[in-house]
Amino acid sequence: MKKTTFLGTVAAAALVSGFASAGTLDDVKAKGFVQCGVSTGVVGFAMADANGVWDGFDVAVCRAVAAAVLGDPQAVKFTPTTGKTRFTALASGEVDMLARNTTWTFSRDVDLKFTFVGVNYYDGQGFMVPKALGVSSAKDLDGATVCIQTGTTTELNLADYFRVNNISYEPVPIETNAEGQQQYLAGACDVYTTDASGLAATRATFEKPDDHVVLPEIISKEPLGPLVRHGDDQWGDVVRWTLNALIAAEELGITSANIGEASMKAGNNPEINRLLGTEGNLGEMLGLSADWAKNAITAGGNYGEVFEKNIGENTPIGLSRGLNAQWTDGGLIYTPPFR
Amino acid sequence: MSAITDPPKDGFRPSMLIYDSRYRSMTIQVVALMLFMLGVGWLVSNAAANLAALGKPLGFSFLSDPAGYDINQRLIEYNSQMSHGRAAIVGLLNTLLVAVMGCALATVLGVTIGILRLSHNWLVARLMTLYIETLRNVPVLLWIVLMMAVFIESFPRPNDFRGDNATASMYLNDSVALTNRGFYIPKPEFFDGSLIVVLTFLLSIVAIYVFGKWSKARQAATGQILPNGWIKLAIFFVPSIIIYFIMGSPIGLELPVLKGFNFKGGFHMRNSLIALWLALSFYTAAFIAENVRAGIQAVDKGQSEAAAALGLRPNRTMKLVILPQALRVIIPPLISQYLNLTKNSSLAIAVGYMDVTGTLGGITLNQTGREMECLLLLMLCYLIISLSISGVMNWYNESVKLKER
Repeated sequence: MKKTTFLGTVAAAALVSGFASAGTLDDVKAKGFVQCGVSTGVVGFAMADANGVWDGFDVAVCRAVAAAVLGDPQAVKFTPTTGKTRFTALASGEVDMLARNTTWTFSRDVDLKFTFVGVNYYDGQGFMVPKALGVSSAKDLDGATVCIQTGTTTELNLADYFRVNNISYEPVPIETNAEGQQQYLAGACDVYTTDASGLAATRATFEKPDDHVVLPEIISKEPLGPLVRHGDDQWGDVVRWTLNALIAAEELGITSANIGEASMKAGNNPEINRLLGTEGNLGEMLGLSADWAKNAITAGGNYGEVFEKNIGENTPIGLSRGLNAQWTDGGLIYTPPFR
Repeated sequence: MSAITDPPKDGFRPSMLIYDSRYRSMTIQVVALMLFMLGVGWLVSNAAANLAALGKPLGFSFLSDPAGYDINQRLIEYNSQMSHGRAAIVGLLNTLLVAVMGCALATVLGVTIGILRLSHNWLVARLMTLYIETLRNVPVLLWIVLMMAVFIESFPRPNDFRGDNATASMYLNDSVALTNRGFYIPKPEFFDGSLIVVLTFLLSIVAIYVFGKWSKARQAATGQILPNGWIKLAIFFVPSIIIYFIMGSPIGLELPVLKGFNFKGGFHMRNSLIALWLALSFYTAAFIAENVRAGIQAVDKGQSEAAAALGLRPNRTMKLVILPQALRVIIPPLISQYLNLTKNSSLAIAVGYMDVTGTLGGITLNQTGREMECLLLLMLCYLIISLSISGVMNWYNESVKLKER
């Protein structure tokens, strides 16, 4: 009996592993939820509240995808990943997509076999120091102890920056943002470095945020965006165009307030009509329902609304749009046309 | 009359493989082995096929690519331009360092606590029981994290040493600084002539060994006992100190000095190393203490009574009669404790200590995406370390075990 059970389990496992390579979109539709990899907790980007409900700028992308595919923004299960575990989680199929402040780099795209579907936040690496240190430039940091999240691009940028400027430092590798915060506040390191948005988010949670300054130097380009596995272009397209739909909605002036009205019937603007499915069959091309984009936008609003709600100037994190404004406002946020 | 008939001398038939008890067990073993090999082969080919499908064929050439990241604690020369392979070796040496330090401290603590637990003093014995039960019943990861948290929250920051109204001060005539980034202690500096002092020191260690042998032989021959401890202590210190002054103090001390953000100069024992070392040692010491207690209790009471009847004092009884016999029971489980400690040191990343799991199995794996290769290498590293520890300890076990004459 035991032997039969065992053999049965082995056979089942073999079958499951055989079928796991079917299209991710079909898998997601079949299981009824999107498994989304997020960070272990960065305020404003991805954070679980007291009830365990995840919310944030990156989380909003997951919810939009779930809304587009399944019509329900709550149909997401979140897997918190560290900088170290995130790629393994995605490559092994443990998560369907990753929306976790992940920098789009050549080697991650080409060598690690991931597809970055776009950029939802243009960032750069910065340094945060206590005001009391009296440091005004990163070049003054010779000999400083620097806390850094391990397994990130920031780790490599840091080594390059200090080597190029010929100054020394002592790296203190840490696993999660929370650990970094603890060590930094206890004074076990002088400097905390990560993406500037992450610094702003971390600083916002401090008891006295004004005692800490973010230095003016931005030492790298960090285009952050959601990513999926190589080799499943259909699923990649779904995530890519869901993100683009949020961006297009802002550009076209569609907000969560007026979307109900705009999607009732075809209006004057053909691009809005195509986006919201009142004209053409874009949804069908993606393998989704006609109102996919409407659902995605209704989930949390358009790109601008998501930004303002989670990390904008009226939140404790207080990031201005800057590079992340629409191209029409002088920023880099730009979507290919919905046509 | 001969009713004895020879057993049938039929040739070998295939069915005998199953029905003949002489062959049956062999058949089962061969079939099991073949199934096992098939299973392993399937796993290997499955992994290879999946890696090939991902476009990541197995290869170790990434080890010679530049690593690109820095490591804070390095026992050999390393910078971010050196290879991933070099980074792995730096990590491996860090693992060995904390393993050796941990095993040494855990043994000293474990033996002391194990003996004290058998003390007739009620308070001491109960305190040791409390120590053992608390330490060994909480996961070691929590101890490591706790130790680090206590460390960084309780010791002063380097900044507190600064200025006229500093809230913290250095110890031992401004030579030792205890900060929450680690301990800064003086480092010996070697000038001309220091070689002779070092040689004298090494020679005196040899002399101690030779003296020990001679003293033992003398005791065996005449029955007289010399104050060995004091003589050895004298040989250890006196010649080196005399030569040191004759050569004009050629060995100096480089003191740590607060400069910029941190203390500079001297040895820096990082907070991560100390926290990991202490947590692993305290935790493993609790297990070793139990092994020691079991070993001592395994020695028959009659042995100590007989020793007492011969007039041996209690500490000699312990040293000459009880412990040599107890060691036979203590050593084998002690080997496992050493192996456990070494393997537990892979939790180092919890406090940011860059051991081989942190470099090869952490950053290198993450930056290159070579999970399979990195993990295989990592397993090989731990396997080799563990087998070496077992080998050495088994050899030691051979030398203390009961010799039958």
